[in-house]
Amino acid sequence: MNKATESTLTIDGRTVAIEGEQNLLELVRKANIDLPTFCYHSELSVYGACRLCLVQVEGRGISGACSTPPEPGLKVLTTTPEIREIRKIAVELLLANHDQSCPTCSRSANCQLQSLAQRLGIKKVRFKSVHQPVPLDESSPSLVRDPNKCVLCGDCVRMCSEIQGIGAIDFSHRGHEVMVQPAFGKPLGEVECVNCGQCASVCPTGALTIKSEVDKVWELIADKAKTVIVQIAPAVRVGLGECFGLKPGEITTGRIVAALKHLGFNQVYDTSFAADLTVIEEGTEFLERKTQGGTLPMFTSCCPGWVKYTEQYFPELLPNLSTCRSPQAMFGSLVKAMLPDQMKIERKDLKVVAIMPCTAKKFEAQRPEMGVDGDPDVDYVLTTQELAHMIQSAGIMFDTLQPESFDMPFGFYTGAGVIFGNSGGVMEAVLRYAAEKATGQRLEQVDFQQVRGDSGLREATITVNGSELKLAVVHGLRNARVVAEQVRAGKSRYDLIEVMACPGGCIGGAGQPVSTTRDTRALRTKGLYHADKMLQLHKSQDNVFITECYAKFLGDIGGEKAHHLLHTTYQSRRRIADESLALMQSENEDKLKVSVCLGTNCFLKGSQEVLNGVLRHGEQSGMEGKLDVRAGFCFEKCESGPTVMIGGEHIPNCNAAKAIEEIDRRIENDEPAGTCNGHSCNHCGK
Amino acid sequence: MIASIEGQRGMPRPKPPFPAQSGLWGKPTIINNVETLAHVSRILKVGAEVFKSIGTKDSPGTKTFALTGHVANTGLVEVPFGTTLREIVLNIGGGITDDAGKIWKTGFKAVQIGGPSGGCLTEEHLDLPLAYESLRAVGAMVGSGGLVAMNQGTCMVSIARFFMEFTQRESCGKCVLCREGTNQLLALLDDVIEGRADAGTLELLEKLGHAVQVGSLCGLGKTAPNPVLSTLRYFRKEYEEHIFEKRCRTGRCKALLSPGINEVKCKGCGLCIKACPTGAITGEKKKPHHIDAELCIKCGACATACKIHAVEGI
Repeated sequence: MNKATESTLTIDGRTVAIEGEQNLLELVRKANIDLPTFCYHSELSVYGACRLCLVQVEGRGISGACSTPPEPGLKVLTTTPEIREIRKIAVELLLANHDQSCPTCSRSANCQLQSLAQRLGIKKVRFKSVHQPVPLDESSPSLVRDPNKCVLCGDCVRMCSEIQGIGAIDFSHRGHEVMVQPAFGKPLGEVECVNCGQCASVCPTGALTIKSEVDKVWELIADKAKTVIVQIAPAVRVGLGECFGLKPGEITTGRIVAALKHLGFNQVYDTSFAADLTVIEEGTEFLERKTQGGTLPMFTSCCPGWVKYTEQYFPELLPNLSTCRSPQAMFGSLVKAMLPDQMKIERKDLKVVAIMPCTAKKFEAQRPEMGVDGDPDVDYVLTTQELAHMIQSAGIMFDTLQPESFDMPFGFYTGAGVIFGNSGGVMEAVLRYAAEKATGQRLEQVDFQQVRGDSGLREATITVNGSELKLAVVHGLRNARVVAEQVRAGKSRYDLIEVMACPGGCIGGAGQPVSTTRDTRALRTKGLYHADKMLQLHKSQDNVFITECYAKFLGDIGGEKAHHLLHTTYQSRRRIADESLALMQSENEDKLKVSVCLGTNCFLKGSQEVLNGVLRHGEQSGMEGKLDVRAGFCFEKCESGPTVMIGGEHIPNCNAAKAIEEIDRRIENDEPAGTCNGHSCNHCGK
Repeated sequence: MIASIEGQRGMPRPKPPFPAQSGLWGKPTIINNVETLAHVSRILKVGAEVFKSIGTKDSPGTKTFALTGHVANTGLVEVPFGTTLREIVLNIGGGITDDAGKIWKTGFKAVQIGGPSGGCLTEEHLDLPLAYESLRAVGAMVGSGGLVAMNQGTCMVSIARFFMEFTQRESCGKCVLCREGTNQLLALLDDVIEGRADAGTLELLEKLGHAVQVGSLCGLGKTAPNPVLSTLRYFRKEYEEHIFEKRCRTGRCKALLSPGINEVKCKGCGLCIKACPTGAITGEKKKPHHIDAELCIKCGACATACKIHAVEGI
């Protein structure tokens, strides 16, 4: 231990040096004492609510270590009988107001409340249960909110507002009625949540968890009529092992493939293949924009959290967003277009499951534009955690599995595809392609160290072919907001900006195993760069199967077919979906949905007459059982108002006659659901 | 207050930093009560020496108390620090009264001083000079300057519960010990009042009260257990009567009452039968009547109606 000097203090009688720590808690932990906390995260602001990190400071009494700045000479005691008793009481108080259905809780294995009760030796809760059950919020495609398990530490609230800059959830009510929920008590699925799931990754209990699709996937692989193929995202291979006692960052690709084959998936592929494809398309798109005066800076579009964030808060920057689908979506779209013919099966019998480090990918997979005729390109998305559950459930001993290799061709990938999982990885992969493409010369030095690192906002300038490329790499949406605001104000100097919603990129995604150790993220990052190093190929353009794919199936890079399958369009989500007003309802499942916008613009252009006309026609023609007519509010298509949606299709410049004609046509042709989602592809015109 | 001005939830922040270091919008901020500011104006006018010549050494000047409860004169009274409780309650307040408002010479039982989070003091403290240091020493505080006088007909457990319910409702819900702790303190007091408590309840009340007092994040939580802890200190006997004898000496804790009709005294006049709102009393004329404990709501109407005091235990 250090000698007592001016910059030391004592913790439980041992001298500890103060080395720039912000608070006593960090110092205590540095001294190898794991003071328990629920509400302290070094990356978030100090909250001081859980009262577990209480310490006694000589001459000052008992206070929270998290909010006490270190001062030389302090004498700190961390475990006096008084403090132990208060800590026990605090945990017992939480347990007395907690849904204690622990064995069936998805966080049972890594619940901090449970482990703390064990650590503190709590054998019996001395207080009466005051828990009042409240319903679960399962409205989000990605997350489940269970207030019954909440300890009100506020980690999720601060994560959402301080790191992601969103604030989709916050505290409501006061005193004993306090709960964490979206504004006005709305369901999570109907608010500005971007599904990044970082709230769940800091939640110490089961109050915010990943919405599991495991049961659906079990059903799917048991169905012999279906061919089920699976894709694994890059970041999964450096995270999954943590669920089986391996170190973060340990690459387990071969064992994951073996486990997936064991579970019964017909083909096991790698999303890194699609990442290589993304590099080619996105790199080409970027070079085109750069050389032909297109909209710059270009933002990457791989991260579904970031995409929804842009649609919500920066719809005017949607033209800056690369039109490329994410690797997950490209993979689904490509295999569902290619494989049915090759395998001589119908598209509906080919099912795609994606294993992702990400909760927002669940939302992305459900976007109507990521599918054909209502059949999604990716059927189910499992997070790394959910895959671990499946492996555990099947009793597969993961750590001792013999590694197996991916199936071809979609299991072949280069290092460029693998590093997609790291913040800065997409940027680096695109640079490896663009630099070679722009110069026409072979790129020997493939590592772009300039774009690597941990900082939430990194800048780099790279000279390619005599011209400077100004780059920015961002993780955390609050950082992204700073950059996006610069772009909106016309003050941005960048050409290309990579944005990942989660800290550290996909390796820090909320689908990854919950980790409480600090260097987990750094180790996973290192693991992916290591995986790149171990491969023979590091540039997506060197992926022979990608070349073959273009030659035999896709045609030109950025061509019509590639655009149709690999690119997408975006929609403004500035307005949060609200309840529409039902005017004519039907119990019938096959009803035709008609929604008329009564927003100011459409109303002035005569939408009220359209609505009246539709309602009158419905009644007179006896369509009551077949129609579901609603008055809505703004579909963000004001320029072509009055706006009416019939069976999911947008009817621009609508009038009563037009609407009635379309309704009659659909009812006659028995075509209620409608297939087009109302977003037309700019390139193929479909 | 600072959070509310900033448009945030009204919740305490961990200190340090103190408002004087980083307060409203991160700027150094001083927050004071109106009373303090009123003193400032007087100190500026008459000078610190004159101000300090009143009051005690550590608590100079005057203090305004809001005197209320079972006293003849209620209202705001400004007295020099160091004035005794006896002077304020019995002299300025005009003496203790009964529930009907009549002077009750021997009726003094306790005062709750310092607002809802203050402490209860007893007859032995009547000659205590009221000042910051002396009040803290006996487990009470100057606090908001509230002074509630209570007569002998007051149940101290119920009083503790009354104040606990207030602070429990006032908790912002941020820190665990205050949010959950005050709620459980209230539940434990309910156990005492409703006859469910045992020896463990007392111990738990003390331990939990101490934990909330020491461990809470802000002043509200740190002082919330005061009414419980101070009544436990000075009126422990009353808690023990509730718990071990299932009896409230004031008869205010209804759950502990078990009204019955003394068969020897009862003349079977039927007045109690007429008075009972739930039809719990039965009996033939001129024969002793009987109360059905299941139906009885312990309202005491029978006892009031009975002219010969045959209804007992209520």
